[in-house]
Amino acid sequence: MSAGERSNERRKLSRREFLELGAAGTGLLLLSGCGGGQSAGSGTLNALFMKQAAYSETDVKNMTEQFQKQNPDINVNLTFVAYEALHDKIVAAAPAGTYDTVLVDVVWPAEFASKKMIVDITDRFPESERSKIFSGALKTTEYEGRYYGVPWILDTKYFYYNKSMLGEASVNSPPDTWDGVVEAARAMKSKGVVEYPLVWSWAQAEAIICDYATLLGAYGGQFFDERGKPAFNTGGGLQALEFMRMTLDEKISNPASTESLEEDVRRIISQGEAAMVLNWTYMFSLTNDPNESQVAGQIDIAHTPKGPAGTPGVNGSMGMAIANGSQNQDAAWKYIQFMTSQKIQNQYAELSLPIWKSSYDDKQVVQALPQVVPIAKEQLNDMILRPVVPQYNDVSHTLQVEIQQALAGDKTPKQALDDAAKEVAETLKS
Amino acid sequence: MRTSLAFKVFIYVAAVFASVVILAPFAWLIISSVAAPADLLSKPLRWIPAHASLSRYADIFFGADSETVVTFRAAMVNSTIVAASSVLISLGVGIFGAYAFARLQFRFQRGILLLFLSTYMLPPIAILISLYLMMVQLHLLDTKLGLILVYCSFITPFVLWIMSGYFRSIPRDLEDAARIDGCSRIGALFRVVLPLARPGLLATALFGFLLAWDEFLYALIFTSSLNSKTIPVAIAEFTGRHAVDFGMMTTGGVLASLPPLVIAFVFQRYIVGGLASGAVKG
Amino acid sequence: MTQARPGRLEKLPRSMLPKGRAFRQGPTALILLLPSLVVVFGIVLYPLLRTLYTSLFDVNSAFPGSYPFVGLGNYLEALERAEFWAAMLRTAYFTLSTTVLEVVLGILLGLLLNAEFRGRWLLRSIVILPWALPTVVNGAMWRWILNPSYGALNALLTQLHIIPEYRSWLGTPWMALNMVVIADVWKMTPLAAFFILAALQTIPRDLYEAAWVDGAGRLRTFFSITLPLLTPTILIILVLRTMEAFKVFDIIYVMTRGGPADGTQTIAYYTYVEAFSNQLFGYGAALAYVIALFILFFAIIYMRLLRRGEVEY
Repeated sequence: MSAGERSNERRKLSRREFLELGAAGTGLLLLSGCGGGQSAGSGTLNALFMKQAAYSETDVKNMTEQFQKQNPDINVNLTFVAYEALHDKIVAAAPAGTYDTVLVDVVWPAEFASKKMIVDITDRFPESERSKIFSGALKTTEYEGRYYGVPWILDTKYFYYNKSMLGEASVNSPPDTWDGVVEAARAMKSKGVVEYPLVWSWAQAEAIICDYATLLGAYGGQFFDERGKPAFNTGGGLQALEFMRMTLDEKISNPASTESLEEDVRRIISQGEAAMVLNWTYMFSLTNDPNESQVAGQIDIAHTPKGPAGTPGVNGSMGMAIANGSQNQDAAWKYIQFMTSQKIQNQYAELSLPIWKSSYDDKQVVQALPQVVPIAKEQLNDMILRPVVPQYNDVSHTLQVEIQQALAGDKTPKQALDDAAKEVAETLKS
Repeated sequence: MRTSLAFKVFIYVAAVFASVVILAPFAWLIISSVAAPADLLSKPLRWIPAHASLSRYADIFFGADSETVVTFRAAMVNSTIVAASSVLISLGVGIFGAYAFARLQFRFQRGILLLFLSTYMLPPIAILISLYLMMVQLHLLDTKLGLILVYCSFITPFVLWIMSGYFRSIPRDLEDAARIDGCSRIGALFRVVLPLARPGLLATALFGFLLAWDEFLYALIFTSSLNSKTIPVAIAEFTGRHAVDFGMMTTGGVLASLPPLVIAFVFQRYIVGGLASGAVKG
Repeated sequence: MTQARPGRLEKLPRSMLPKGRAFRQGPTALILLLPSLVVVFGIVLYPLLRTLYTSLFDVNSAFPGSYPFVGLGNYLEALERAEFWAAMLRTAYFTLSTTVLEVVLGILLGLLLNAEFRGRWLLRSIVILPWALPTVVNGAMWRWILNPSYGALNALLTQLHIIPEYRSWLGTPWMALNMVVIADVWKMTPLAAFFILAALQTIPRDLYEAAWVDGAGRLRTFFSITLPLLTPTILIILVLRTMEAFKVFDIIYVMTRGGPADGTQTIAYYTYVEAFSNQLFGYGAALAYVIALFILFFAIIYMRLLRRGEVEY
């Protein structure tokens, strides 16, 4: 199951290598089998998670303990790594089958599924279950019509604003269009309320693409056209980048944005040094916690502002998948079912909202995040996906670099996106 | 000689200046670790914190967030064991080879030394995946032993290089005298050469220890649990988690630096000697 | 410590060596070298060869399997990609600036450490600190110092009125690369300084005495006596640091992750991205060997220099 299938010409050497590695793989199977007989659906699982993935590590540990209590014959070892290391760890671990379940970001199923690193679980995941989940959430683990995992963390970036700062600039209701945001920012800056009303997570990382996607959607752009050719360098995609650049040029966006990630954004707004930001669900409780924030009680949440074409939020969800090298796929599936079950998700709704549609009317969930739930209900139904291609990392990297060059003023937005489009087209060809 | 007052003053001023430039960043690291959050984020920055406390250290050692304690402690232990073992094994193995390069004549002598040194030429990233697969097959993944073996593979050439130069700088006469008295070559090595080579051995041990302690990429990919996670990996995760909690991040940094700093401090006088004979004279 | 007098035999060309039992040292050498060979090549050889092998195929996943053979295709592709040359250029700049700075500052520091003054041992102990600091901590520390909103560098420069307000140091490609250079120089200059110190201590005092008697001032003495004698060591430092700089990865990973806008993406980091982020292991393997070839080039220079150095002594 670990050998990739290719129907190309095979050279003699590669066949030998194939056999040699097949032998090694069999050896590995035998060796691991020596660890005591394991009946289907029991044994030890190694689960890979992310640090600060909406749910805290303590939450995940508690959930896992509950699972182990219910399933005494399954033992789960948890590993947490930073987001930056998560993808590479999954890649490095794939041939070795180190992990049974892995947490995958919405942009990875295309890559992992096409390289057969995660298991197709469509048959285990009946339509009856799927229809109860938000369709936007389901896209998280879908690739070419099949499902490769179950969505677990449903997240998007919301619009957060500091009520009192807006009030000081006589902006009495939060702006609901991007033009309105710019006006409010200009007002706050000129009245001296705050030097840089906006701050973003535009460091060279996936985070910048999340923001870019939100804006691209708002301006009616597309990443790719119907023929699969890059289309982000015209129309909405171009306007999005021009918008980003404009806010920097006008100095209504904090110049530190190009070095900042989401945690930096949270810190800056919590210090009272920004008035309007985009960030994930997790930031809401933290910015209103007096232990963590100097502006507790002043931060409110809203739908992402509208652009000419709509108000999509970026789909920043994550799902749990079974790694292809797992020896315990039945037990792994049990674990995934448990962790993504409605009961568990409702219990821990405070840091990450459930994937189940009916949960949003459930009292326990609404009480966990009363201000967020009504907004979330709408926003989660209207999410934009980043490109679903196996070479996503490469595409994202190219975009990140070009967008940053445009923001630094080294290239015009048009030039940057044209260059990106050319490179992306090249990448997709291979 | 010509130690005029002006020159002496100049030397002292230069020494103080150098010390300040060298110590300042590290001093700031330490100060940040004891400063209160308000002090850290103050503008203009308060260089001497208004409220200094060792509470973060206390938290790490005794604290509520026990996962950090456990991780740090385990990582410290792992790093110490891995670094010390790697150095000991590499020295043990390399001394013999170094002696061969220094005292014996044989074919391809230069070539073989170059072969060993050539292993430094490949960036770790190159052999990472293949090495990873090897580790898997040998069940050495996420084990200290696995890391030790990998580290020995790059500390040993270093030992060979430095110690062979060092041995060459020790006069043959003493060894020859011992052998005339009936010692075997190996006996002479242990009784005469090694004691004389102590400074070089200590310098090499120090270098090797720092190399092993500092290693990051292999540790990042080969370790996952507290079984084998080393300090650099723990720190990278710690600083990632506390990316905006500068106080905690700096505290972790200080703690992670203590062992190599202490060791370097204690053994620094051997470095010059080791370098003089080994690397400088080849 | 006394200088070794090379034995008479070592000066003879091999063909003139006395033959006979005592001089067939090959087997003894082999036994002595065997443990080292096992430890080093036992671990490294298979992966080394495997990577070379992988570089000849178009491998795009970590799984074993059969992939299309492309021969030197990956190598040629590297040479055709603008990203590759950009990374090479950055690496060259990084290498050049760090080695030049480390040598110059190392010489100055080495001279200082060699001078006679009370408390010299204290300075020597202080100097060792940056080098002993783990790279990961070094990177995190400089990130904190260079923080655009709260960093100590900003605070220092604004309080001294050198700059008007806080600014970003890691936010633009050029600046970020230079900051990484500074972080590396801070950490590695002590090593260069100790090399120089070791070399300075082998210079016989008589030379200085003679110069003084002849009326030479300090500066003259430095340039006509000290510097030429330091040249072999300087060259050694240059080559060693060049080899290391080509492999630089850890500090980039911790300080900037290759950004902004790939501004700190050195060739080793580029290789990592291609191999792990894009899962192009064949291409990554080829890149790694390209790096190795460049380093081999410098290693050969190093061996030549050493040989020349011995003759001069």
